[in-house]
Amino acid sequence: MTHAAPLVEMRNISISFGGIHAVDDASIDLHEGEVVALLGHNGAGKSTLIKILSGAYKRDAGEIFVNGEEATINNPRDAKKYGIETIYQTLALADNVDAAANLFLGRELRTAWGTLDDVAMESETRKVMGRLNPRFQRFKEPVVKLSGGQRQSVAIARAIHFNARILIMDEPTAALGPQETAQVGELVKQLKDDGIGIFLISHDIHDVFDLADRVCVMKNGQVVGTARTEDVTKDEVLGMIILGKCPPGAIPGPGAMRDAA
Amino acid sequence: MSDATTHAPADRARASELGPVARFLKATELDTRMLGMVGALILIWGVFHVLSGGLFLTPRNLWNLSVQSSSIAVMATGMVLVIVTRNIDLSVGSILGFVGMIMGVTQAEIMPAIIGFGHPAMWLIAAFVGLVVGVSIGALHGFIIAYLGVPAFIVTLGGLLVWRGAAWWVTSGRTVAPMDATFRLMGGGPDGAIGSTWSWVVGIVACVAVIVMLMNARAQRKRFNFPQRPLWAEGFLGTLVCAIILGAVAVANSYAWPIGIVRRYYEALGQEVPENAFIAHGIAIPVLIALAVGIAMTFVATRTRFGRYVFAIGGNPEAATLAGINTRWVTMKIFMLMGGLAAIGAMISTARLNAATNAQGTLDELLVIAAAVIGGTSLSGGVGTIAGAMLGAVLMQSLASGMILLGVDTPLQNIVVGLALVVAVWLDTVYRRRIG
Ligand SMILES: Nc1ncnc2c1ncn2[C@@H]1O[C@H](COP(=O)(O)OP(=O)(O)OP(=O)(O)O)[C@@H](O)[C@H]1O
Ligand SMILES: [Mg+2]
Repeated sequence: MTHAAPLVEMRNISISFGGIHAVDDASIDLHEGEVVALLGHNGAGKSTLIKILSGAYKRDAGEIFVNGEEATINNPRDAKKYGIETIYQTLALADNVDAAANLFLGRELRTAWGTLDDVAMESETRKVMGRLNPRFQRFKEPVVKLSGGQRQSVAIARAIHFNARILIMDEPTAALGPQETAQVGELVKQLKDDGIGIFLISHDIHDVFDLADRVCVMKNGQVVGTARTEDVTKDEVLGMIILGKCPPGAIPGPGAMRDAA
Repeated sequence: MSDATTHAPADRARASELGPVARFLKATELDTRMLGMVGALILIWGVFHVLSGGLFLTPRNLWNLSVQSSSIAVMATGMVLVIVTRNIDLSVGSILGFVGMIMGVTQAEIMPAIIGFGHPAMWLIAAFVGLVVGVSIGALHGFIIAYLGVPAFIVTLGGLLVWRGAAWWVTSGRTVAPMDATFRLMGGGPDGAIGSTWSWVVGIVACVAVIVMLMNARAQRKRFNFPQRPLWAEGFLGTLVCAIILGAVAVANSYAWPIGIVRRYYEALGQEVPENAFIAHGIAIPVLIALAVGIAMTFVATRTRFGRYVFAIGGNPEAATLAGINTRWVTMKIFMLMGGLAAIGAMISTARLNAATNAQGTLDELLVIAAAVIGGTSLSGGVGTIAGAMLGAVLMQSLASGMILLGVDTPLQNIVVGLALVVAVWLDTVYRRRIG
């Protein structure tokens, strides 16, 4: 593997729902140990774009490359095979089962007889949750009874437990308090040091600017531009988000305002 | 971030002071909803006992009740999984009728011509054919529901009509009888029960199994240092369950064979009929079948991946898909299972009747759904237990046979059962809002 091949590259991705072009000709890439923040207004198409990567949606057009090789991702299972783990904006938890069942959903630990090894799963869950949210104790309750932040911890735990190589975090701190948010920030740095590539999605630039190596801004389903965080200021990125104006430090995408004076 | 699991204060709402009852329930981890059902059952039994002047709580009536509940109880275990995934199966009664007809024709008309009447493998062949047909019908329904996207309500409503019609078609409405002698054992009766000795053996094995399971669960939790139930609570649970099992065996063992059959039994042996001859029925074979199905289905629902997926899909279908679960295939398998269970129901009911009729199982779908729902299966999905559904079946059957015992007219029986269903679900809604 050459260092030049990005961990993930999505090229010219498009998808529409009915008449709405939710994502239109978007390209984005991610390298090992890199954090790329995906920014944009509500409805810009951020979640839709990454849901194509995670196998939740089938794209209408475009290609996905993992380690420089074209990847076939038709469902969430395929994506997981490539080491792509996702924390969905909606968390995507099975509400009526407990934290351990959610953590291992689709990848249950089993005993020698092929039955569910609930005790082992609970034990693992206690370990992971101990890292994320040490005060969490409600392991026996269905997750629907947990607070928003606790649910979010469960979703994060699920994504980081299976040795992801590519992690997608769709607004992972939306329901967290300041302490837990800081903890997730720490976690992101730690995972980055382990060489994991992370897509961090937010519509609030202040959340992610300090964590990200690069930012990619979307507007109306199109990429406005991509920039290394050293090359742009927060205000310039805000300009990209709000106006679609691509500053000199950024590489413009198809969604950049063309008649910029 | 550190591994501070053990030191950090627990992150939960402050627990309110518990009274003695609540403390007891918490320690034993008894399901209060289940206790409510048992309470309702005891109440119904008591009321019928008093109203019938002491006829209800007799070994004979309880034994018959257990046999009559079997077929519905078997099917209710599958209906739990169907309803948990937010589907419904309105066709189980018709599948039962059709499969019963097929099995009847197989053992009374087709196979005797090939292998001869009374062949020892006859019952196995008939049962196997029935299972294959039942599972295939379920697979067809499941395929249309899961892969073609037609709502389960519609598919199985269609199935209700189609299979009832098909049952008629098999023999143009003619009743098929008699069933094979071995096959008939699945329906109960003096021969279709395992007698007193074997009943005690079954009871004792069951008690040992319960104790081993309790100890095993405790050992597992100890291995990982998880919180455990207090010892006295474990002891209490074990004793209670064993007492119930042995009590049930004792009841089955105090229901004697009718004197005529006893006489024939001794005559066949070439012996004098002893004075005070007493031969107990013991546990009926259909009841054993139902219990075995209940245990197997509980295992499937709680200990296997398939069961976990069923509940996950019921809780949040989208999350299940995103977790990589093949929700369509799981759905199809549920309906196949349901079809297979309807076939087992058909075995029990044709064996009991010693005939296959084209009206067999009519309205069973409603009893099965009612049993599952009364047993705590939530129509909004994600919640339900096998044991609850089986208890629900016994509860429904208790109402029905209690009223028959009292000589209540059929229309009034229907009114009472209908009201009971609505009241039970209403109480359940109240319960869930308060505690659930
Ligand atoms: N399953 C769907 N069916 C129809 N339209 C959809 C679907 N998913 C997304 N859309 C539409 O696609 C567009 C992009 O939505 P998306 O969820 O990707 O936005 P987002 O950038 O993640 O916004 P937010 O910051 O609010 O999460 C929106 O107009 C949305 O209405
Ligand atoms: Mg979004």
